Amino acid sequence: MEKKRVKFTFVQELIKEPVIWKLAKQYDVITNIRRADVSDDRGWVVLELEGERDEIERGLRWVEEQGVRIDPVYEDIVEG
Amino acid sequence: MNFAKNLKCKECGRVYPLDPVHVCEFCFGPLEVFYDYETLGRVLTRERIEAGPPTMWRYADLLPCRRETAVDIGTGFTPLIRANNLGRLLGLNNLFIKNDCQNPTWSFKDRVVSVAASVAREFEFDTLACASTGNLANSVSAHAARAGMKACVFIPGDLEQGKVIGSAVYNPTLVAVEGGYDDVNRLCSELGDKYPWAFVNINVRPYYAEGSKTLGYEVCEQLGWRAPDHCIAPMASGSLYTKIYKGIKELTWLGLVDWRATRMSGAQALGCSPIYEAWARGTFTIRPQKPQTIAKSLAIGNPADGYYALKVLEQTNGAAAAVTDDEVIEGIKLLAETEGIFAETAGGVVISGLRRLVQEGRVDPEEVVVAFITGAGLKTQEAVSPALAPALTIRPTIDSFEEALGERQRSPASAPIAVGGERR
Repeated sequence: MEKKRVKFTFVQELIKEPVIWKLAKQYDVITNIRRADVSDDRGWVVLELEGERDEIERGLRWVEEQGVRIDPVYEDIVEG
Repeated sequence: MNFAKNLKCKECGRVYPLDPVHVCEFCFGPLEVFYDYETLGRVLTRERIEAGPPTMWRYADLLPCRRETAVDIGTGFTPLIRANNLGRLLGLNNLFIKNDCQNPTWSFKDRVVSVAASVAREFEFDTLACASTGNLANSVSAHAARAGMKACVFIPGDLEQGKVIGSAVYNPTLVAVEGGYDDVNRLCSELGDKYPWAFVNINVRPYYAEGSKTLGYEVCEQLGWRAPDHCIAPMASGSLYTKIYKGIKELTWLGLVDWRATRMSGAQALGCSPIYEAWARGTFTIRPQKPQTIAKSLAIGNPADGYYALKVLEQTNGAAAAVTDDEVIEGIKLLAETEGIFAETAGGVVISGLRRLVQEGRVDPEEVVVAFITGAGLKTQEAVSPALAPALTIRPTIDSFEEALGERQRSPASAPIAVGGERR
């Protein structure tokens, strides 16, 4: 089992979608929300995912296909 | 002596020992170094600082590592010059330029990397790593060489040769990654979890970021122990901008300068302006952007400290500006032609951003204004070269020289830039 920390950013159209519930339901991944902020036009959730590495990867690919942006919890690493 | 006390979560306030960790285990918020300000307030004096070396390490008491073991290649205490010519053009009577082009690898990144390398060595890491499109890669490579550490530097595969050489000369393991910016970002976040390296802006980021405070300290000391009225700095991740303010605040907490309610303004390139965009919308929610600008050293589409930069903008009554790529080049030329300082694209962003804020009436002409120029122009020559007047080519005769000179004087390209951006 592995753990992965990620940040999901949702655009307005996806705010009402239960993406995280579906992720846990469709894939064998435990989702643990640590911090979140949702406004009327955008929302983000910082969470930890636990599961087999391949299963986490498959789940994240599905989340991305839904239109959710996925970043490391520390945002952009590449600097000028 | 070292007065760093612990790490503190910027979100929930939980406290951690001074270890190589960067996010809170509880809420995953970013960690920041916290100091024993009570003891510092008794010990630290202007005289104690002035007796230190003419580098950023004169402020070692306010950094999370000891001066004696610092990895120091002579960074900091760069010139603060009074910019009368540029000030006159912009209508500012007390404009100063903090010229951080004069660091060992020609950018402010030496400040943050000097601290990161020092801490990494204290934590007994043997490898210093980073992902960068230029300045950070140069600085990590140089400091690792000085520290006797290995360096592993990741760069995008399509980086210009000039920028690659500025790192390669120090002989790091230089890794060009195929794919775009997002691919490098993703790979490095995974590498940061997997390899036991000091990744300067991941696991030692809380320490690394502290290096930028020294810009705030230096400016106050160089103004005769006085805080500026108004600062304007470039914003990429937002870290430099927020830490300059932290530096100024710390000096006032410690009674070394008087509180002046310094206003903090920030500048971005329009092609990558997530902080400006959120500020303009009046929100604290950053919308990540795909960078598209010549100001590559500021091209961070999803800034780690963007939220905190927005807080500082609000708290200090500062303003944000975003400028086009054409304005970036105008800014570079304006600074060069008026003050003799050749800045990289980030400097062009700052100067044009300042010009924009003056035009919008957001800067008082009498304020003591400091503009932070954070990197040297030789690094981004390709950005500005198409806009420069060509050299005169003549036959070796006086007639030929005078004929060419006459033509140049009639050419609009050789006229100085006016404040509105037009050539006079």
